[in-house]
Amino acid sequence: MQASMEVGLMQRQWVEYTKSLFMEGFLDSQFIELQKLQDEGNPDFIVEVVSLFFEDSERLLNDLTRALEEPDVDFQKVDGHVHQLKGSSSSIGAQRVKNVCITLRSFCEEQNIEGCLRYLQQLKQETCLVKNKFENLFRMEQQIVAAGGSIPTKELLF
Amino acid sequence: MEGCYCIEPQWPADELLMKYQYISDFFIALAYFSIPLELIYFVKKSAVFPYRWVLVQFGAFIVLCGATHLINLWTFTMHSRTVAVVMTTAKVLTAVVSCATALMLVHIIPDLLSVKTRELFLKNKAAELDREMGLIRTQEETGRHVRMLTHEIRSTLDRHTILKTTLVELGRTLALEECALWMPTRTGLELQLSYTLHQQNPVGYTVPMNLPVISQVFHSNHAVKISPSCPVARLRPLAGRYVPGEVVAVRVPLLHLSNFQINDWPELSTKRYALMVLMLPSDSARQWRVHELELVEVVADQVAVALSHAAILEESMRARDLLMEQNVALDLARREAETAIRARNDFLAVMNHEMRTPMHAIIALSSLLQETELTPEQRLMVETILKSSNLLATLINDVLDLSRLEDGSLQLDIGTFNLHAVFKEVHNLIKPIALVKKLSLTLHLGPDLPVFAVGDEKRLMQTILNVVGNAVKFSKEGSITITAIVAKSETFRELRLPDFHPVPSDSQFYLRVQVKDTGSGISPQDIPKLFTKFAQTTVATRNSAGSGLGLAICKRFVNLMEGHIWLESEGLGKGCLATFIVKLGIADQSNDSKLPFTSKIHENNVHLSFPGLKVLVMEENGVSRSVTKGLLVHLGCEVTTAGSIEEFLRVVSQEHKVIFMDICTSGVDGYELAFRMREKFMKCHERPFMVVLTGNSDKVTKESCLRAGMDGLVLKPVSIDKMRSVLSELIERRVLFETC
Repeated sequence: MQASMEVGLMQRQWVEYTKSLFMEGFLDSQFIELQKLQDEGNPDFIVEVVSLFFEDSERLLNDLTRALEEPDVDFQKVDGHVHQLKGSSSSIGAQRVKNVCITLRSFCEEQNIEGCLRYLQQLKQETCLVKNKFENLFRMEQQIVAAGGSIPTKELLF
Repeated sequence: MEGCYCIEPQWPADELLMKYQYISDFFIALAYFSIPLELIYFVKKSAVFPYRWVLVQFGAFIVLCGATHLINLWTFTMHSRTVAVVMTTAKVLTAVVSCATALMLVHIIPDLLSVKTRELFLKNKAAELDREMGLIRTQEETGRHVRMLTHEIRSTLDRHTILKTTLVELGRTLALEECALWMPTRTGLELQLSYTLHQQNPVGYTVPMNLPVISQVFHSNHAVKISPSCPVARLRPLAGRYVPGEVVAVRVPLLHLSNFQINDWPELSTKRYALMVLMLPSDSARQWRVHELELVEVVADQVAVALSHAAILEESMRARDLLMEQNVALDLARREAETAIRARNDFLAVMNHEMRTPMHAIIALSSLLQETELTPEQRLMVETILKSSNLLATLINDVLDLSRLEDGSLQLDIGTFNLHAVFKEVHNLIKPIALVKKLSLTLHLGPDLPVFAVGDEKRLMQTILNVVGNAVKFSKEGSITITAIVAKSETFRELRLPDFHPVPSDSQFYLRVQVKDTGSGISPQDIPKLFTKFAQTTVATRNSAGSGLGLAICKRFVNLMEGHIWLESEGLGKGCLATFIVKLGIADQSNDSKLPFTSKIHENNVHLSFPGLKVLVMEENGVSRSVTKGLLVHLGCEVTTAGSIEEFLRVVSQEHKVIFMDICTSGVDGYELAFRMREKFMKCHERPFMVVLTGNSDKVTKESCLRAGMDGLVLKPVSIDKMRSVLSELIERRVLFETC
């Protein structure tokens, strides 16, 4: 009894947390689409995709830093990296990351190094933040599953 | 004395007697010789003489007689035998010729006599013809006069001229002394002297119509001779020694317009007649002749016709003048109305803005004021201000709406909307108010009521809210039931609405909403007034707020939606049933662009999954690649992925039915790739569909894809439903072009 109560509590917490992520703009509707793709045939889909994203983003951010540190900045290359990051972030629904990418791209077009550097910093921050959030989310999911419950994705429909 | 051959007369001649005989014979001979000469002379002179032979005979006879007498002259004295012989010869000849002549004359004299008779006869005939010719000439002249008169009469359409001309011409033609016309008075009981020939201003003599003389004239259509002493003929004071001339009177029918409906020309006693009196000159011993009377009758008839024409013309001129006046008046009224409407529209346009601005300010500031710290009295005051200004704002909106509705300038905003949601919303809005009043509110939606409908959502909701609001307003206790169903033709028949003829069709249906309440009801005499603006029933004024415009506006909206609204109530205190029917369109998802689904795809043709469909995804970005793969796997496809061009080219084969590629990868000339792909597969019959997955939504990309020969373009990020429909579209229609 206590276990089920706990599961219920944990589930509600999970729902609240996810909802807050949406409210705060960390995630957008694309994430919901991803959740739909996760089913019995593909139970770890989201975890896999998100992990892939983090690997990708880390690599891209390093590339970006290096590219912007060069004396003669190749904006074409920088744009290419940002484009990739934008694509990845929008695929998983990391809204804030995507928005920063868009802004960064415009600075690239203007060939404004100052702006690029500033926004690169912000990009790193956002990526870090969203990574954190995801880690929390996954931990909660693991706890629920460990306690015998299921992840109440249905209740997210709004 | 034997040798004397002288013949001696028998007796001794008297000297005197012989002398006389001698002279007579001489003269006889002379005459006898001159007669034939005279005859010849005169016959030669005359052109025609049929009996020349007789003349010769006669001449011969006379000559011989003359010769005889001449020779006789010599026989008085002693004469020789020769003379005697000659004498005898002459006598013999004379005898022969005279006998012959005598015989001839027997034949000739009857002929000559008959010639004489014929001559007499012809003379008589000629005299007679002369007389007749004289008569005919007179008649012809009279006819000419009549024609001229008629022409004169008909050449004018003015009543007075007609009558005056008639009298003048008649007077002239017939050489009358006096001619007068008596017209019936308005009362129809008297005849009044209206026109005369010679008197300038006829004094208004009147004569009663029932005089025997007058009746006699009116009953016959001929001209009737009347006595000169009868009242109608006494036009001038008679001086003693005048013997008045003969007088004739004739009736002149006065035709009214209404008479022309009659086909024949009957002798109606209700017909009105005028009397024309004609007087021959006094002391002239002239008499009315038949042809003159006929002339008078003809003229009288013509006058009647001319008068009726004049009357018709007068009537039509009058009617035309009246119409023109009316036209002018109408035009003026129309212009005034237009000016008034324009003035009103201008007023409304100004007031619309001018009234709303302060209202907004008041409402906004009052709401803000409510948020601040206020003492209870202040709070109460502010709440009242807010409530009143809200009411006022509603009133202003209502009035402006109604004006626009009446103008016909209001148009419905047609769109697709969720019908069930509208009712639920109304229910949610009204429920709290109903709860406060302790009324129960129930909503029934018919089983075949479509979820989606096409119409003006806002105004439909406004109507339902108004009707339900009224039900709540006028009920102090009990229940309110709202029923909404699809109206079928049976419902229409039982409704028996006189001026409502619904025409159902395939794309439209009629929604019927009924709101039943157990409130104060309405008395039957108030029901017609319900939909009139600003009219409120007496019961309502006490405890209702509102201007009485609500139902009027609802009625207008319902009419705009080609429907009908009415209220029924059994009386005061017995509750009320409000019903309205409106026409809505059936939402057909294939031709509606406001639905959230893509318009080009038929819902019923979408496959739910695509088992075994071989798909190749080419995407450099690992994350996107995984997501797309996951998407397609979820939909049941067999997915192969390629992370680079080389890998792609290695893996691609005929087995793949759909290829998704991201062309906007940097460093890759995607279009070139696509082109090469098409080249490669052109040889095969069934080449795979090539769809571009890109985050670029501009036109340039789209056009490039078209040029490169792509089958479609999908914008990232792709949702499951979008992917599903994209694949469906490809499979069904083999073409897809843009989805966004």
